[in-house]
Amino acid sequence: MESRGVSLAIRVGTGLVLAFLYVPLLIVVIYSFNNSVSQTWPITSFTTRYYSFAWHDSDVRTALATSLTVALFATLLAFFLGSLAAFAVHRFRFFGRNTVSFVLVLPIALPGILTGIALNTAFNNYAIPFGVLTIILGHTTFCIVVVYNNVLARLRRTGGSQVEASMDLGADGWQTFRYITWPAIRTAVIAGMLLAFALSFDEIVVTNFTSGTELTIPKFIYNNLRQPRNRPVVNVVAVVVLLVMIIPVYIAQQLAGAEAGTAAGRRAALRSETEPGL
Amino acid sequence: MVSDEADRPLGTRTRVSAFLFRHPRLRLGGLLGVPGLWFLVIYLGALVVMYATAFWHLDAFTGLVVKQFSLSNFKRIVDVPVYRTVILRTAGIAAAVALTDIVLGLPVAYYAARLAPARRRTAVLIAIVLPLWANYLVRIFAWKLILSPGGLLEWLFAKAGIHVTIGSSLVAVWIVFCYLWLPYVILPIYAALERVPGSLLEASSDLGARGWRTFRRVVFPLIVPGIVAGSIFAFSLTLGDYIVVQLVGKSAFIGNVIYDSVGIANDIPFAAAFALVPLAIMSIYLFVAWRLGAFEAL
Repeated sequence: MESRGVSLAIRVGTGLVLAFLYVPLLIVVIYSFNNSVSQTWPITSFTTRYYSFAWHDSDVRTALATSLTVALFATLLAFFLGSLAAFAVHRFRFFGRNTVSFVLVLPIALPGILTGIALNTAFNNYAIPFGVLTIILGHTTFCIVVVYNNVLARLRRTGGSQVEASMDLGADGWQTFRYITWPAIRTAVIAGMLLAFALSFDEIVVTNFTSGTELTIPKFIYNNLRQPRNRPVVNVVAVVVLLVMIIPVYIAQQLAGAEAGTAAGRRAALRSETEPGL
Repeated sequence: MVSDEADRPLGTRTRVSAFLFRHPRLRLGGLLGVPGLWFLVIYLGALVVMYATAFWHLDAFTGLVVKQFSLSNFKRIVDVPVYRTVILRTAGIAAAVALTDIVLGLPVAYYAARLAPARRRTAVLIAIVLPLWANYLVRIFAWKLILSPGGLLEWLFAKAGIHVTIGSSLVAVWIVFCYLWLPYVILPIYAALERVPGSLLEASSDLGARGWRTFRRVVFPLIVPGIVAGSIFAFSLTLGDYIVVQLVGKSAFIGNVIYDSVGIANDIPFAAAFALVPLAIMSIYLFVAWRLGAFEAL
């Protein structure tokens, strides 16, 4: 139906919009090699020395250690809780089953600021001091749904006949899980965990409310953007964060294909996947 | 590979798993108990407490929360003109962002859904989604670099003989929001476009409609649900954000009022009450979308 002119216009429009999406990211990468402390364009001389500055910066190191610790524990907890919930919803019919997906997706579906304040109020009420522990508790809460969605989608696809066959052949519950269920869901679990890791490593909106004085990598960037101090180091950290995010997401996508968040977008995937078939 | 273990009669493990098999409620409890408890204690409880807090208020003298039912927070939101301005500003920019993203998103979605060959389509879709996984702060930071005085955009404009600096302003906030939420808007539009049957387009062209007319009379009505879905993302994400304005803006949005009520004023009851504002706006928005029939085709 498209005439040649319209088709050309659409192609040009697509190119422009993709440029709009990627040029800013490219700019960040270019600025990380900027020799000057002033952040003006055009850049006159280039250097890699701020990469070494960033590596030796004590704030960056503390923040990185905290971010990795938090992401690791949040991912592991999300793995346990998300998988358990996925099995419960897949295997059983029970009162309130339809609301499980809805409730699990709430921390991501609601504006982050609401989740942040709610958690902040709760930790205050329970008198839990803000620190690494509270960041982990917060991150786990919104990471669960990522693992849950991935595992549930895979369980639905694999069906129950193999499990039944295994039980009929005399395997007990543990053997069936070990030899039948686990191999079928393994890649989905790993993909979910990688996405959860990326999500946790990236988070700032909720973290601001649950971290107290503890520094994470996004918080380091946030603080330094609000009060510009060592901009060159921030540039470098930004580039590293871009890489750290993209690698796990890429692997997750390879493992889980269309089930992983990448194929359908982060929030979009979380919403669309939870709706059909429940 | 399981036979050697299955041959042993009734080990403890077998008995346990048989017991569990006969008691499905127990299995369900074992599976759902911990995640359920986690959400109940850490999250749902917190949400309920937060919304209950909206009806308490802060004692002006002691700075402590008075746990007594009152509507004073809501009265304050309605009475103080600044809050009205903030709400209108936020809703206005949110609508502008949604509209801009729809305009930007349509050609890309159309290209991916109807023009691109299969392999290119996958590549374009990945290219749209990947920026969502780039760090949210880094994406804002990129625009701070571009828009700030002496930055790339000012330089480009100067080359063209125009002297403007966007810096930190409402325009900057608008651009950054458009940038951040664009993928969320493209995807549902793409999904809707992909579902438009080719036969309808052929029929329309057989009946003599040219490209534009076919788009307006056939394609557009069919993809309205996708467009509305996309706009819901852009709209609600803008309503809940506080960081973009802190980094590239000057005048407060709803999110900033909430954030400052917690962080600066330590007035959690008022923050909780104000947090109901975006929820109310979204409810109205969803209701209108529903009345317009936007959900029927979903």
